[in-house]
Amino acid sequence: MIDNGVLIKQGAEARIYIAPFLTRKAIVKERFSKSYRHPILDKKLTARRVTQEARCLYKCRRSGLDTPVVYFVDTENSTIYMEYVEGKTVKDILQEQSDDDEETSRLKNEEIANNIGIALANMHAADVIHGDLTTSNLLCRDLTGSLVVIDFGLSYVSILPEDKAVDLYVLERTFTSTHPNSETMFAPILEIYTKKYKDSGPVISKLEEVRLRGRKRSMVG
Amino acid sequence: MRHIAIGLEGSANKLGIGIVAHDDVTGKVEILSNIRHTHITPPGTGFLPRDTAAHHREHVLPVLENALREARITIKDINVICFTKGPGMGAPLASVAIVARTLSLLWDKPLVGVNHCIGHIEMGREITGAENPVVLYVSGGNTQVIAYAEKRYRIFGETLDIAVGNCLDRFARVLNLSNDPSPGYNIEQAAKSGKTFIELPYTVKGMDVSFSGILSYIEMIAQDQLASGECTPEDLCFSLQETIFAMLVETTERAMAHIGSKEVLIVGGVGCNLRLQEMMMQMVGQRGGKVFATDERFCIDNGIMIAHAGLLAFRTGFTTKLEESFCTQRFRTDEVYVSWRD
Repeated sequence: MIDNGVLIKQGAEARIYIAPFLTRKAIVKERFSKSYRHPILDKKLTARRVTQEARCLYKCRRSGLDTPVVYFVDTENSTIYMEYVEGKTVKDILQEQSDDDEETSRLKNEEIANNIGIALANMHAADVIHGDLTTSNLLCRDLTGSLVVIDFGLSYVSILPEDKAVDLYVLERTFTSTHPNSETMFAPILEIYTKKYKDSGPVISKLEEVRLRGRKRSMVG
Repeated sequence: MRHIAIGLEGSANKLGIGIVAHDDVTGKVEILSNIRHTHITPPGTGFLPRDTAAHHREHVLPVLENALREARITIKDINVICFTKGPGMGAPLASVAIVARTLSLLWDKPLVGVNHCIGHIEMGREITGAENPVVLYVSGGNTQVIAYAEKRYRIFGETLDIAVGNCLDRFARVLNLSNDPSPGYNIEQAAKSGKTFIELPYTVKGMDVSFSGILSYIEMIAQDQLASGECTPEDLCFSLQETIFAMLVETTERAMAHIGSKEVLIVGGVGCNLRLQEMMMQMVGQRGGKVFATDERFCIDNGIMIAHAGLLAFRTGFTTKLEESFCTQRFRTDEVYVSWRD
């Protein structure tokens, strides 16, 4: 339990609290041990992921990507204290869109796609692989509209186009599986990404390869 | 009105024929018969497509007769003949499909080609009463985390190389475990007396998992450490199960968190593994949800699930024309239009 913390979400990996940190409102992410996992495996995975997450958050921030600021890392208790970002997830934005008229939502989508493309380009230019790029892990900051990438719980550092391509592929699949009506958004994201990230060539060609993986795909055409 | 379907399944080493009845007034599903015959190979070997097809050809008629006798129905009562269109091994699939086609012509009944994975999902939903679960489909040929959205079963995560059951089966061969009743069952029993946890690679890539590296690694250490007495076969079975099941539970949990579901349904042959079910319950318990699993009658490949899923499609007006009744080894879960769900 976190002192004065209010539990806001039980994620798959961690509990997220809002709690004061010194003078600021902070997000506190506490990884909990998984009773289903063997203790040795659990300890290894948890420790590895806490340090990796903190390192990746910091690395991204330093290279100009908008991510929550890391305030404090408590490795003993597998807890990271970070900035509280006021904003909405891209997932919620897309799902709420049914109320908007077509033109408004088209413009909104265009802007979001643009921001996502730039963010991913920055992140991959810093050789950070997010590992769980879904629309629930992308926020739009209320004040500035800036796109914030959150939850680096599965992230790691890699220079391989393969890893970057898998990252993009995970996001693409989120669009097809969770937002069947916004499938078309992924193409513009990729376009901006290609434009803004100068080493995107090998990543894009790897992405083609990654798409063909997975079993039992129809090989026609 | 009562609708009756017969389902023929033979996509891997299990030959199954089942007969199911749907009552569209009461909405009740009644299982009239569920007969299975399994091609079991000697320890240390797997099943080959050609031999498996020969097994199915040899046993299909007696199994069919048994299924009809047990169901106490006449041919006249049957509305539709369902068969597995894919995915699966080519030769075994084709050997069973030809029987379905013959029956269709002989009895003058419509055909419905069924996706094997959809069969598992629909049967699991029917037996357990799970409404809209995240589905973990784990078997010798498939490993997928699935959730339903807008008329399709969408794949959230899957294996990038071999299926989890294939990993277990092949490791059973290394240890020379019996294939009777199944290699996975014997690994499960051996794992119960495993004591030492041996660290193995842990490979989750995004929402996807990979098992081939783990298999190579454990095959390697089995060779070295078993000979030197550093570990026992039981320790290896235990460590393998703990590691790969943790990967499956982790990706399932991420899918649950992502779509906000509280239910998990485990289907497929590996789904009978009680250790996997237990781990899943621990995870879902932490989240305040519920696990649904079935026993070997429905988890392991069977004809009933094909009949059931086929009948659901048939009742919405779907049939497979004779000229389109070919089989396919590659047939993804998300290719099927699910007309029978909202």
